[in-house]
Amino acid sequence: MNITQILFWFLSVVALFSALMVITNKNPVYSVLWLIVTFFAISGHYILLNAQFLAIVNIIVYAGAIMVLFLFVIMLMNLNKETEPQKNRWLRMAGAVAGGCLLLVLVAALKDTDIKQQQAMVNGGSIGLIKNLGKELFTTYVVPFEISSILFLSAMVGAVVIGKKE
Amino acid sequence: MIYFLQTNINTTDASSYLPVALQVAFAVGLVIFLTVVTHLLGPKRKTSDKLQNFASGIESHGDARQPMAIKYFLTAILFVLFDVEVIFFYPYAVNFKGLGWDGFWAVLMFVGFFLCGFTYILKKGALKWED
Repeated sequence: MNITQILFWFLSVVALFSALMVITNKNPVYSVLWLIVTFFAISGHYILLNAQFLAIVNIIVYAGAIMVLFLFVIMLMNLNKETEPQKNRWLRMAGAVAGGCLLLVLVAALKDTDIKQQQAMVNGGSIGLIKNLGKELFTTYVVPFEISSILFLSAMVGAVVIGKKE
Repeated sequence: MIYFLQTNINTTDASSYLPVALQVAFAVGLVIFLTVVTHLLGPKRKTSDKLQNFASGIESHGDARQPMAIKYFLTAILFVLFDVEVIFFYPYAVNFKGLGWDGFWAVLMFVGFFLCGFTYILKKGALKWED
């Protein structure tokens, strides 16, 4: 086992364990903290695949900014012990069935794709580097890039309309 | 180890992240080490005054589980949007010379859309703190 494989297994174990801790923790603030650990492990995987830009963006945007939003959402909700809604058993069962269906669909979709014949390039490959990524983004995919700014514009308008009381 | 640090100047390789990984490991390790050491070495005199929650010097009252104003969330979500905008500048800055005027117009249009949104935010007074 070389060092790349050791790192891969270590990061996978960390990612799966912290993801499990996210959904099993009773305290929502602890869930958010474990989610940050998950993001760092996934960033480690990106670096192993030599997708350096994606790894840094994952830390800056997801672990840095989106997690703050998650914490704010938790703080916005009234999480007193008395007002905590009691979930009954049927609701939990329905949730398990719905999640199982999603898992089934994902597994079935991945089974039919040809993704498993392609091997991921580990520790090499240059498409994930910021220079090549920028070249592709601003020449081949310049129209989706512009459309994404319209998406941001609509997000701004939506946030202001919903969040600002008249 | 020193050999690895000095020879890996090729930044197109994932192994060039070894110094970064060492730095992260050192930072996390230092925090854990210091936290454990202060708990082991520090004296503990638990009085009711000392065990109170620290509320910046004022008398603590109630608990922390109180819903806060939506203004904070609105500011934070607008921050995230502009944060993502800046992320798109990194690949442009690296390719600034190579892309020429085409890339410049593309980024100018991108920023123009954001400026439209920014003027909308300012006109609506979404960042105004006092109601």
